[in-house]
Amino acid sequence: MSPPDPAPEAPFDAPWQAQAFAMVVALHRRGLFTWAEWTEALGAELACATARADGADYYTRWVAALERVLQARGVAEAGEIAALAEAWARAARATPHGTPIALENDPQAAP
Amino acid sequence: MPHDHDNELDPMEARLRALETVLTRKGLIDPAAIDAIIDTYEHRVGPRNGARVVARAWADPDFADRLRRDATAAIAAMGFSGRQGEHMRAVFNTPQTHNLVVCTLCSCYPWPVLGLPPGWYKAPAYRSRAVMAPREVLAEFGLTLPDSMTIRVWDSTAELRYLVVPMRPAGTEGWDEAALTDLVTRDAMIGTARALEPA
Repeated sequence: MSPPDPAPEAPFDAPWQAQAFAMVVALHRRGLFTWAEWTEALGAELACATARADGADYYTRWVAALERVLQARGVAEAGEIAALAEAWARAARATPHGTPIALENDPQAAP
Repeated sequence: MPHDHDNELDPMEARLRALETVLTRKGLIDPAAIDAIIDTYEHRVGPRNGARVVARAWADPDFADRLRRDATAAIAAMGFSGRQGEHMRAVFNTPQTHNLVVCTLCSCYPWPVLGLPPGWYKAPAYRSRAVMAPREVLAEFGLTLPDSMTIRVWDSTAELRYLVVPMRPAGTEGWDEAALTDLVTRDAMIGTARALEPA
Protein backbone atom coordinates (compact mmCIF):
# COMPACT_ATOMS: atom_id res chain seq x y z
CA MET A 1 0.00 0.00 0.00
CA SER A 2 1.37 3.39 -0.88
CA PRO A 3 1.20 6.27 1.57
CA PRO A 4 -1.35 9.00 0.93
CA ASP A 5 -0.37 12.16 -0.92
CA PRO A 6 2.60 10.46 -2.62
CA ALA A 7 3.67 13.78 -4.13
CA PRO A 8 2.39 16.46 -1.77
CA GLU A 9 2.79 19.95 -3.10
CA ALA A 10 5.92 21.65 -1.85
CA PRO A 11 4.76 24.42 0.49
CA PHE A 12 6.87 27.08 -1.22
CA ASP A 13 7.55 27.79 -4.89
CA ALA A 14 10.66 29.88 -4.20
CA PRO A 15 13.05 30.44 -1.30
CA TRP A 16 11.81 34.02 -0.81
CA GLN A 17 8.34 32.65 -0.07
CA ALA A 18 9.72 30.43 2.67
CA GLN A 19 11.67 33.39 4.05
CA ALA A 20 8.56 35.59 4.09
CA PHE A 21 6.55 32.88 5.80
CA ALA A 22 9.20 32.27 8.46
CA MET A 23 9.67 35.99 9.17
CA VAL A 24 6.01 36.36 10.05
CA VAL A 25 6.10 33.30 12.31
CA ALA A 26 9.25 34.62 14.02
CA LEU A 27 7.86 38.15 14.50
CA HIS A 28 4.63 36.76 15.90
CA ARG A 29 6.60 34.54 18.26
CA ARG A 30 8.45 37.64 19.40
CA GLY A 31 5.16 39.34 20.16
CA LEU A 32 5.31 42.07 17.52
CA PHE A 33 1.68 41.28 16.66
CA THR A 34 -1.04 38.81 17.57
CA TRP A 35 -2.04 36.16 15.07
CA ALA A 36 -5.50 37.72 14.80
CA GLU A 37 -3.86 41.02 13.83
CA TRP A 38 -1.79 39.19 11.25
CA THR A 39 -4.74 37.36 9.66
CA GLU A 40 -6.63 40.62 9.48
CA ALA A 41 -3.75 42.30 7.63
CA LEU A 42 -3.30 39.31 5.33
CA GLY A 43 -7.04 39.02 4.73
CA ALA A 44 -7.18 42.68 3.72
CA GLU A 45 -4.41 42.16 1.15
CA LEU A 46 -6.01 38.97 -0.17
CA ALA A 47 -9.41 40.65 -0.45
CA CYS A 48 -7.98 43.25 -2.81
CA ALA A 49 -9.93 43.32 -6.09
CA THR A 50 -6.79 42.62 -8.11
CA ALA A 51 -5.96 39.41 -6.19
CA ARG A 52 -5.71 36.48 -8.55
CA ALA A 53 -8.49 33.90 -8.36
CA ASP A 54 -5.98 31.03 -8.44
CA GLY A 55 -4.00 32.44 -5.52
CA ALA A 56 -0.75 32.53 -7.51
CA ASP A 57 0.11 35.88 -5.93
CA TYR A 58 -0.51 34.65 -2.38
CA TYR A 59 3.03 35.17 -1.11
CA THR A 60 3.43 38.51 -2.89
CA ARG A 61 0.39 39.64 -0.91
CA TRP A 62 1.78 38.01 2.22
CA VAL A 63 4.88 40.21 1.86
CA ALA A 64 2.74 43.30 1.23
CA ALA A 65 0.78 42.53 4.42
CA LEU A 66 4.04 42.11 6.35
CA GLU A 67 5.31 45.47 5.11
CA ARG A 68 2.06 47.16 6.14
CA VAL A 69 2.22 45.65 9.60
CA LEU A 70 5.87 46.73 9.99
CA GLN A 71 4.92 50.22 8.93
CA ALA A 72 1.97 50.33 11.34
CA ARG A 73 4.26 49.17 14.16
CA GLY A 74 6.85 51.82 13.30
CA VAL A 75 9.48 49.18 12.51
CA ALA A 76 10.16 50.14 8.91
CA GLU A 77 8.78 52.69 6.51
CA ALA A 78 7.80 51.48 3.04
CA GLY A 79 10.41 53.78 1.49
CA GLU A 80 13.11 52.29 3.65
CA ILE A 81 12.38 48.75 2.45
CA ALA A 82 12.18 49.84 -1.19
CA ALA A 83 15.50 51.73 -0.96
CA LEU A 84 17.21 48.75 0.67
CA ALA A 85 15.81 46.40 -1.96
CA GLU A 86 17.33 48.65 -4.62
CA ALA A 87 20.63 48.57 -2.77
CA TRP A 88 20.52 44.77 -2.67
CA ALA A 89 19.79 44.65 -6.41
CA ARG A 90 22.75 46.93 -7.16
CA ALA A 91 24.97 44.94 -4.83
CA ALA A 92 24.00 41.74 -6.63
CA ARG A 93 24.92 43.19 -10.02
CA ALA A 94 28.26 44.33 -8.66
CA THR A 95 29.08 40.95 -7.17
CA PRO A 96 31.10 38.57 -9.35
CA HIS A 97 29.53 35.24 -10.03
CA GLY A 98 30.42 32.59 -7.48
CA THR A 99 30.78 35.09 -4.65
CA PRO A 100 28.12 35.52 -1.98
CA ILE A 101 26.15 38.70 -2.50
CA ALA A 102 26.79 41.20 0.31
CA LEU A 103 25.06 44.52 0.80
CA GLU A 104 28.49 46.15 1.15
CA ASN A 105 29.01 45.47 -2.56
CA ASP A 106 26.42 48.11 -3.42
CA PRO A 107 28.47 50.66 -5.42
CA GLN A 108 26.27 53.44 -4.02
CA ALA A 109 26.63 52.34 -0.42
CA ALA A 110 27.32 55.11 2.04
CA PRO A 111 30.91 54.85 3.31
CA MET B 1 19.61 43.51 -23.42
CA PRO B 2 23.32 42.93 -23.01
CA HIS B 3 24.30 40.67 -20.18
CA ASP B 4 26.84 42.91 -18.55
CA HIS B 5 26.69 41.65 -14.99
CA ASP B 6 26.85 38.35 -13.22
CA ASN B 7 24.08 38.41 -10.65
CA GLU B 8 20.56 39.69 -10.91
CA LEU B 9 18.20 39.43 -7.98
CA ASP B 10 14.56 38.81 -8.68
CA PRO B 11 12.58 41.81 -7.30
CA MET B 12 10.93 39.68 -4.60
CA GLU B 13 14.29 38.21 -3.60
CA ALA B 14 15.68 41.73 -3.26
CA ARG B 15 12.65 42.77 -1.20
CA LEU B 16 13.09 39.83 1.17
CA ARG B 17 16.78 40.61 1.57
CA ALA B 18 15.81 44.19 2.41
CA LEU B 19 13.29 43.00 5.01
CA GLU B 20 15.79 40.61 6.49
CA THR B 21 18.39 43.39 6.70
CA VAL B 22 16.03 45.78 8.48
CA LEU B 23 14.64 43.19 10.88
CA THR B 24 18.06 41.77 11.72
CA ARG B 25 19.54 45.23 12.32
CA LYS B 26 16.71 45.99 14.71
CA GLY B 27 17.24 42.71 16.49
CA LEU B 28 13.74 41.47 15.66
CA ILE B 29 14.74 38.29 13.87
CA ASP B 30 17.62 35.89 14.04
CA PRO B 31 18.58 34.30 10.69
CA ALA B 32 19.22 30.93 12.37
CA ALA B 33 15.71 30.93 13.82
CA ILE B 34 14.29 31.76 10.39
CA ASP B 35 16.11 28.75 8.91
CA ALA B 36 14.78 26.51 11.67
CA ILE B 37 11.20 27.61 11.02
CA ILE B 38 11.58 26.95 7.29
CA ASP B 39 13.01 23.51 7.97
CA THR B 40 10.10 22.67 10.26
CA TYR B 41 7.43 23.55 7.73
CA GLU B 42 9.23 22.17 4.70
CA HIS B 43 10.20 18.85 6.24
CA ARG B 44 8.77 18.12 9.68
CA VAL B 45 5.07 18.83 9.79
CA GLY B 46 2.56 17.60 7.30
CA PRO B 47 -0.71 15.74 6.85
CA ARG B 48 0.85 12.50 8.07
CA ASN B 49 0.41 13.87 11.60
CA GLY B 50 -3.30 14.42 11.10
CA ALA B 51 -3.64 11.00 9.48
CA ARG B 52 -2.30 9.41 12.66
CA VAL B 53 -4.86 11.32 14.73
CA VAL B 54 -7.71 10.15 12.50
CA ALA B 55 -6.47 6.55 12.44
CA ARG B 56 -6.34 6.51 16.23
CA ALA B 57 -9.86 7.90 16.42
CA TRP B 58 -11.03 5.10 14.12
CA ALA B 59 -9.25 2.40 16.08
CA ASP B 60 -9.85 3.63 19.62
CA PRO B 61 -13.37 4.77 20.63
CA ASP B 62 -12.11 6.29 23.86
CA PHE B 63 -9.67 8.43 21.94
CA ALA B 64 -12.41 9.40 19.46
CA ASP B 65 -14.47 10.53 22.41
CA ARG B 66 -11.64 12.64 23.80
CA LEU B 67 -11.02 14.09 20.34
CA ARG B 68 -14.67 15.05 20.08
CA ARG B 69 -14.75 16.69 23.50
CA ASP B 70 -11.36 18.43 23.51
CA ALA B 71 -9.49 18.12 20.23
CA THR B 72 -6.67 20.43 21.31
CA ALA B 73 -5.79 18.22 24.28
CA ALA B 74 -6.28 14.92 22.47
CA ILE B 75 -4.05 16.00 19.59
CA ALA B 76 -1.43 17.51 21.90
CA ALA B 77 -1.31 14.20 23.79
CA MET B 78 -0.10 12.61 20.53
CA GLY B 79 2.72 15.15 20.40
CA PHE B 80 1.21 17.45 17.78
CA SER B 81 0.95 20.97 19.08
CA GLY B 82 2.28 24.40 18.37
CA ARG B 83 1.52 27.29 16.14
CA GLN B 84 -1.89 27.45 14.56
CA GLY B 85 -2.94 24.39 16.50
CA GLU B 86 -3.55 26.11 19.83
CA HIS B 87 -7.32 25.73 19.55
CA MET B 88 -8.50 22.75 17.56
CA ARG B 89 -11.90 21.27 16.92
CA ALA B 90 -12.46 17.89 15.29
CA VAL B 91 -15.60 17.52 13.19
CA PHE B 92 -16.73 13.97 12.45
CA ASN B 93 -18.32 12.91 9.18
CA THR B 94 -21.34 10.63 9.51
CA PRO B 95 -23.53 8.88 6.93
CA GLN B 96 -25.84 11.93 7.14
CA THR B 97 -23.36 14.80 7.45
CA HIS B 98 -20.25 15.78 5.55
CA ASN B 99 -17.90 18.44 6.93
CA LEU B 100 -15.84 20.87 4.88
CA VAL B 101 -13.24 23.37 6.12
CA VAL B 102 -12.37 26.74 4.61
CA CYS B 103 -10.87 30.04 5.69
CA THR B 104 -12.87 32.77 4.00
CA LEU B 105 -10.68 35.55 5.42
CA CYS B 106 -7.25 34.32 4.41
CA SER B 107 -5.66 30.90 4.92
CA CYS B 108 -6.07 29.78 8.55
CA TYR B 109 -5.23 26.08 8.72
CA PRO B 110 -4.18 23.61 11.44
CA TRP B 111 -0.43 23.54 10.80
CA PRO B 112 0.59 20.98 13.48
CA VAL B 113 -1.65 18.29 11.99
CA LEU B 114 -1.78 19.20 8.29
CA GLY B 115 1.36 21.25 7.60
CA LEU B 116 0.92 24.28 5.35
CA PRO B 117 -2.18 24.54 3.16
CA PRO B 118 -2.21 23.59 -0.52
CA GLY B 119 -2.41 26.37 -3.10
CA TRP B 120 -6.11 25.91 -3.82
CA TYR B 121 -7.02 26.32 -0.14
CA LYS B 122 -5.46 29.81 -0.22
CA ALA B 123 -7.02 30.77 -3.56
CA PRO B 124 -9.99 33.16 -3.75
CA ALA B 125 -11.81 30.68 -5.99
CA TYR B 126 -12.11 28.14 -3.16
CA ARG B 127 -12.41 30.64 -0.29
CA SER B 128 -15.27 32.54 -1.87
CA ARG B 129 -17.28 29.53 -3.05
CA ALA B 130 -16.92 26.88 -0.35
CA VAL B 131 -19.54 28.55 1.85
CA MET B 132 -21.99 29.56 -0.86
CA ALA B 133 -21.80 26.53 -3.12
CA PRO B 134 -20.15 23.68 -1.21
CA ARG B 135 -21.88 20.94 -3.20
CA GLU B 136 -20.54 22.34 -6.48
CA VAL B 137 -17.09 22.84 -5.06
CA LEU B 138 -17.00 19.26 -3.79
CA ALA B 139 -18.17 17.98 -7.17
CA GLU B 140 -15.24 19.79 -8.76
CA PHE B 141 -12.98 17.86 -6.41
CA GLY B 142 -14.62 14.68 -7.68
CA LEU B 143 -16.72 14.19 -4.58
CA THR B 144 -20.40 13.98 -5.45
CA LEU B 145 -22.63 13.72 -2.40
CA PRO B 146 -26.26 12.67 -2.39
CA ASP B 147 -28.76 15.50 -2.00
CA SER B 148 -29.95 13.90 1.21
CA MET B 149 -26.56 14.47 2.83
CA THR B 150 -26.09 17.65 4.84
CA ILE B 151 -22.88 19.59 4.20
CA ARG B 152 -21.55 21.62 7.09
CA VAL B 153 -18.95 24.23 6.23
CA TRP B 154 -16.57 25.39 8.97
CA ASP B 155 -14.90 28.77 8.57
CA SER B 156 -11.49 28.74 10.26
CA THR B 157 -10.27 31.74 12.17
CA ALA B 158 -7.05 32.92 13.76
CA GLU B 159 -8.36 31.39 17.00
CA LEU B 160 -10.04 28.13 15.97
CA ARG B 161 -8.92 25.50 13.45
CA TYR B 162 -10.79 22.43 12.28
CA LEU B 163 -9.82 18.88 11.46
CA VAL B 164 -12.30 16.72 9.57
CA VAL B 165 -12.45 13.11 10.74
CA PRO B 166 -13.63 11.25 7.64
CA MET B 167 -15.72 8.09 7.82
CA ARG B 168 -13.75 4.91 8.26
CA PRO B 169 -13.85 2.99 4.98
CA ALA B 170 -15.67 -0.34 4.90
CA GLY B 171 -13.51 -3.43 4.72
CA THR B 172 -10.96 -2.20 7.25
CA GLU B 173 -12.22 -4.13 10.27
CA GLY B 174 -9.35 -5.27 12.44
CA TRP B 175 -6.77 -3.03 10.75
CA ASP B 176 -4.14 -1.53 13.01
CA GLU B 177 -3.50 2.20 13.26
CA ALA B 178 -0.47 2.15 10.99
CA ALA B 179 -2.44 0.56 8.16
CA LEU B 180 -5.39 2.87 8.72
CA THR B 181 -3.11 5.92 8.64
CA ASP B 182 -2.28 5.19 5.01
CA LEU B 183 -5.94 5.66 4.04
CA VAL B 184 -6.18 9.20 5.42
CA THR B 185 -5.29 11.89 2.91
CA ARG B 186 -4.82 15.59 3.45
CA ASP B 187 -7.91 16.35 1.37
CA ALA B 188 -10.00 13.92 3.44
CA MET B 189 -9.07 15.94 6.54
CA ILE B 190 -10.08 19.24 4.86
CA GLY B 191 -13.26 17.59 3.66
CA THR B 192 -12.75 17.75 -0.11
CA ALA B 193 -12.36 13.96 -0.37
CA ARG B 194 -13.29 10.73 1.39
CA ALA B 195 -10.70 8.53 2.99
CA LEU B 196 -9.12 6.09 0.53
CA GLU B 197 -10.74 2.70 0.04
CA PRO B 198 -8.66 -0.37 0.90
CA ALA B 199 -6.75 -1.52 -2.20
